[in-house]
Amino acid sequence: MNTVMEDGKPRRRPLKQRYPLTVLILQRLGLSAGLLLAVSILIFGGVEALPGDFAQTYLGQSATPQAIANIRSQLGLERPVTTRYFEWLGNAVQGDFGKSWASGNSVSEQIGKRLGNSLFLAFCAAIISVPLAVGLGMLAVHFRNRVPDRIINIISLAAISLPEFFIGYLLILFFSVKFGVASFPATVYDGMSFADRLSAIALPTITLVFVVLAHMMRMTRAAIISVMSSAYMETAELKGLGAFKTIIRHAAPNAIAPIVNVVALNLAYLVVGVVVVEVVFVYPGMGQYMVDAVTVRDMPVVQACGLIFAAVYILLNMVADLIAIVANPKLRHPR
Amino acid sequence: MRLREIPITAWIGIIGILLAFGCAIFAPLLAPYGEREIVGDVWLAADAHFLLGTDNLGRDLLSRLIYGARTTLFVALAASVLSFSIGIFLSFTAAVSRGIIDQGLSRFNDLMMSIPTLIFALVVLAVLPQNLWILIAVMAVLDSTRVYRLGRAVALDVAVMEFVEAAKLRGEGKMWIIFREILPNTLSPLLAEFGLRFAFSILFLSTLSFLGLGIQPPAADWGGMVKDNKDGIIFGISAALIPGGAIATLAICVNMVVDWLLKRTSSLKGGRGDG
Amino acid sequence: MANMLSVRNLRIGATVYPPGEAPKDIEIVHGVSFDLERGKVLGLIGESGAGKSTIGLSALAYGRGGVRITGGEVLLDGEDLLKADKKGIRQIRGARVCYVAQSAAAAFNPAHKLGDQVIEATLEHGLMTREEARARALYLFNILGLPDPDNFGDRYPHQVSGGQLQRAMTAMALCSNPELIVFDEPTTALDVTTQIDVLAAIKNAIEETDTAALYITHDLAVVAQISDDIMVLRNGETVEYGPVQQIIEAPQEDYTKALISVRQTKQREARDQSQALLSVNNVSASYGNGFKVLHDISLHVPRGQTLAVVGESGSGKSTLARVITGLLPPTDGSITFADEDLPAQHKKRTRDQMRRIQLIYQMADTAMNPRQTVGQIIGRSLTFYFGLRGRKKKERVQELLDEIEMGSGFYDRYPAELSGGQKQRVAIARALAAEPELILCDEPTSALDPLVAEGILDLLMRLQAETKVSYLFITHDIAIVRAIADSVAVMLQGRLVDFGPRSSVLSPPFDDYTDLLLKSVPEMELGWLEKVLATRRMESAGN
Repeated sequence: MNTVMEDGKPRRRPLKQRYPLTVLILQRLGLSAGLLLAVSILIFGGVEALPGDFAQTYLGQSATPQAIANIRSQLGLERPVTTRYFEWLGNAVQGDFGKSWASGNSVSEQIGKRLGNSLFLAFCAAIISVPLAVGLGMLAVHFRNRVPDRIINIISLAAISLPEFFIGYLLILFFSVKFGVASFPATVYDGMSFADRLSAIALPTITLVFVVLAHMMRMTRAAIISVMSSAYMETAELKGLGAFKTIIRHAAPNAIAPIVNVVALNLAYLVVGVVVVEVVFVYPGMGQYMVDAVTVRDMPVVQACGLIFAAVYILLNMVADLIAIVANPKLRHPR
Repeated sequence: MRLREIPITAWIGIIGILLAFGCAIFAPLLAPYGEREIVGDVWLAADAHFLLGTDNLGRDLLSRLIYGARTTLFVALAASVLSFSIGIFLSFTAAVSRGIIDQGLSRFNDLMMSIPTLIFALVVLAVLPQNLWILIAVMAVLDSTRVYRLGRAVALDVAVMEFVEAAKLRGEGKMWIIFREILPNTLSPLLAEFGLRFAFSILFLSTLSFLGLGIQPPAADWGGMVKDNKDGIIFGISAALIPGGAIATLAICVNMVVDWLLKRTSSLKGGRGDG
Repeated sequence: MANMLSVRNLRIGATVYPPGEAPKDIEIVHGVSFDLERGKVLGLIGESGAGKSTIGLSALAYGRGGVRITGGEVLLDGEDLLKADKKGIRQIRGARVCYVAQSAAAAFNPAHKLGDQVIEATLEHGLMTREEARARALYLFNILGLPDPDNFGDRYPHQVSGGQLQRAMTAMALCSNPELIVFDEPTTALDVTTQIDVLAAIKNAIEETDTAALYITHDLAVVAQISDDIMVLRNGETVEYGPVQQIIEAPQEDYTKALISVRQTKQREARDQSQALLSVNNVSASYGNGFKVLHDISLHVPRGQTLAVVGESGSGKSTLARVITGLLPPTDGSITFADEDLPAQHKKRTRDQMRRIQLIYQMADTAMNPRQTVGQIIGRSLTFYFGLRGRKKKERVQELLDEIEMGSGFYDRYPAELSGGQKQRVAIARALAAEPELILCDEPTSALDPLVAEGILDLLMRLQAETKVSYLFITHDIAIVRAIADSVAVMLQGRLVDFGPRSSVLSPPFDDYTDLLLKSVPEMELGWLEKVLATRRMESAGN
């Protein structure tokens, strides 16, 4: 962020006019970096500022003052906050999140595998739900205010109201317990074949898709409607273009940015959904790791997971914004 | 507005919400057994004594569901009222003041929103003592960021209108402008937003309880009941699905009312109400 | 000669969605008929809600929003468009009948180059090869007078100006060599000096390509320059239909006569300049981003008289009003009101200073709180400035309603229940309630239909005679300036180019820009456009 500001500020106006795209992209990158830094402060500092003493928590109410003092020095808590923050951040950047209070194991080692598992699950859910949401959104727009649109509306309204765990257990009850066609719990381990892995995460993926789909579809519909009601769509129709060409040539290029935006907004549901779904399906991912850590107040793990979740979310949002920026013809072709 | 203009879906929603609040208010009268009373064997099937069966400790599921409505509704309602008050107060202040106050509040809000709500809640709840009021406060603060964003957008929409400028030029004070000029013109979208926040609070509270970080046992609440009974699923016992279904039904009811409010809002603006 | 387009007894319906009521179907065009020969231009004229755009789009068998054609025939070369199937209609649109929208800025797709969009329909219908279409586009860019025609097609819509876009849209319509073009208010959104160029370009292009056209507008003076026939419409019905000369020079119907005479509003005798009530002294102003919008403006409003500030969009005339009200403090200079200095910021002014200067907005819709009744809107000023309450307040509001020629029945109405003209009257009453010495009028009539606008101007003049209030009247319309101003200020790009008594500003010798402005206003006179263009050609030849 600083480099952009220092470098860009004195010559900002001409630069912005000549290379609006580059400048905006740099600004957006800088913003994400700044946001990440601020989030790390929030997660570390917030935990520090809140009432309650780590050591007290660590040992429980019955601890003697001497034991507390020992533990404090053992964890390095007597040093100034800023020193510990920069140490924590410096290590975190290098991928070292310290040792778990509960198990004494390296946090990074645990997270390494689990992050991969979580991302795999989220990726599978995203790759199914995004095209499906866009497709259904288009369908709803096509049958706007007619029966299919109403049905899609009611179903999606119901779907956004269902808690993830309810969908999850419903699926388990039917597909694992009653029909026995899917596996539960969703265990994955090293050396598992890719096909086995996919079948293990089938139910969690369906649950996630269901949760994300409804939100995304409702917003896609609104975004498409706003593009479809533009004056240039009328122009295309009055040129005698067929419906298909009208959509491909005139709606699609302008719909990319708003739809990418919708997808980005709904990534929040994906990130939150992953946590709950992992707990429901006893899936060895980051979410479950974090929830377990919160229950036993294992602070290094909580901080590490919080930072990583936030970072993933911020980065995904940034990518979405960058796509939207690049898709904007006004920025690609400055005056 | 006439009653018959309310669509059927909204009526279903309103009735469902009233039913849930009825259960919550008259819980001791309605519930056949006590909230924490162990009345039979574990996971009994539904019969004449236990209309919905019993739970993982042998408590009557129906009674716990009715008492659970109390906790769930109270906490969700308290959290949404609080989040709404915070969000609206700050957003309207930002929209009317503009300048540095607006900048500061909005950037801070962006920062808060850059962490997914549940993740933020997990980090905070890991440190804070577990307690009903802290839970409400955490939910409210996190949710108020969403209210702030909408409130500011809506208020700014109205604040740039010329009748607000006319009031400023007449020499009116900030209070008159907020309460007499802006607020009456934003009630519809804000009401819909309140419904959305309430539905979200129900789901969020249930999720936290399900993860073991919300309402603490033995108090009954719907999300916690799912957690208590989830192990039964593997044996084909659907006790966990009943509170889960209650959460879903209530959330659907609220959302149906919200959906209608939102459509009404847009038709008031002269739109077709299907955007 | 056979009629190329024949519209017979056209009926058009729409579904409306009144707030808080069930949707209902209404008829908006009640049986309209007309004929158009090849190569001729028919002007459709009327106020808003007359159904003129709807009729125009029916020539493409198109209904906007919930609008649909319910009866009659639209015959294109004897073939009824309303009976054609989807494919048949598609083959006509963009090939035989083309459309030019009011806002070309919105009608062009921002994602594609202008050139590709101009030739798209021609290629789609297989009328020419790509090279032929490109050559045709280049030819059209040339005859439409677009700058750098060779490269114009490579630009994107946001890279060119509004007037150029409007011409590009005309090129798009002409490209496929259609039999008929529907022009839907193509110059309404443009400034008056730009309008004349676009108008001339359209007229030239129509003549060159021998295309027939339906030209839709609300401005009779514009349509008189370009049409062979004129149809006057009102509330979806034909008022009068005939050759342009007959309509302009010998109108039969009262409504048409009113439309024509409104343009020649009686000129009021300009009075000698009285003493200054408000003085603007060397004022400069910038927006927050450092962009300078006013450069060293000095003018004054005479007491009890009217100063008209005239200029095109971007001239800074509305900004001047914002500076005077204190909404935008000037970076330099000062404002004196009744011989005392006004604080730059409205927040620093006293309640009485605020009371003495009132403002009337262009859009009465947004200038009044939709949740307050007429009584509350007018009454608030009475309570706020004079402490009137209860019965006294109500009586005074009734008096004011009488002043603006609206009955007391309006006391409990909401703005949404009023017509555009009534809303503007309420806004005037609200200003009047403060008993001001100066009212800043920011284009109060430009959003209104001509006849309604005339009523508002008459009201303002009568009120001035009765209360001796001064006006600073912002407008882009020279006709209004002629009608009401005692003194005139002409602005261009944030600078004052001319200021003085009306007699000196609006009579020779002119300032160059004032001259251009004056000559660009269409006049209700056949052949006016040719005359202006001829003068221009002579002048440029002379230079």
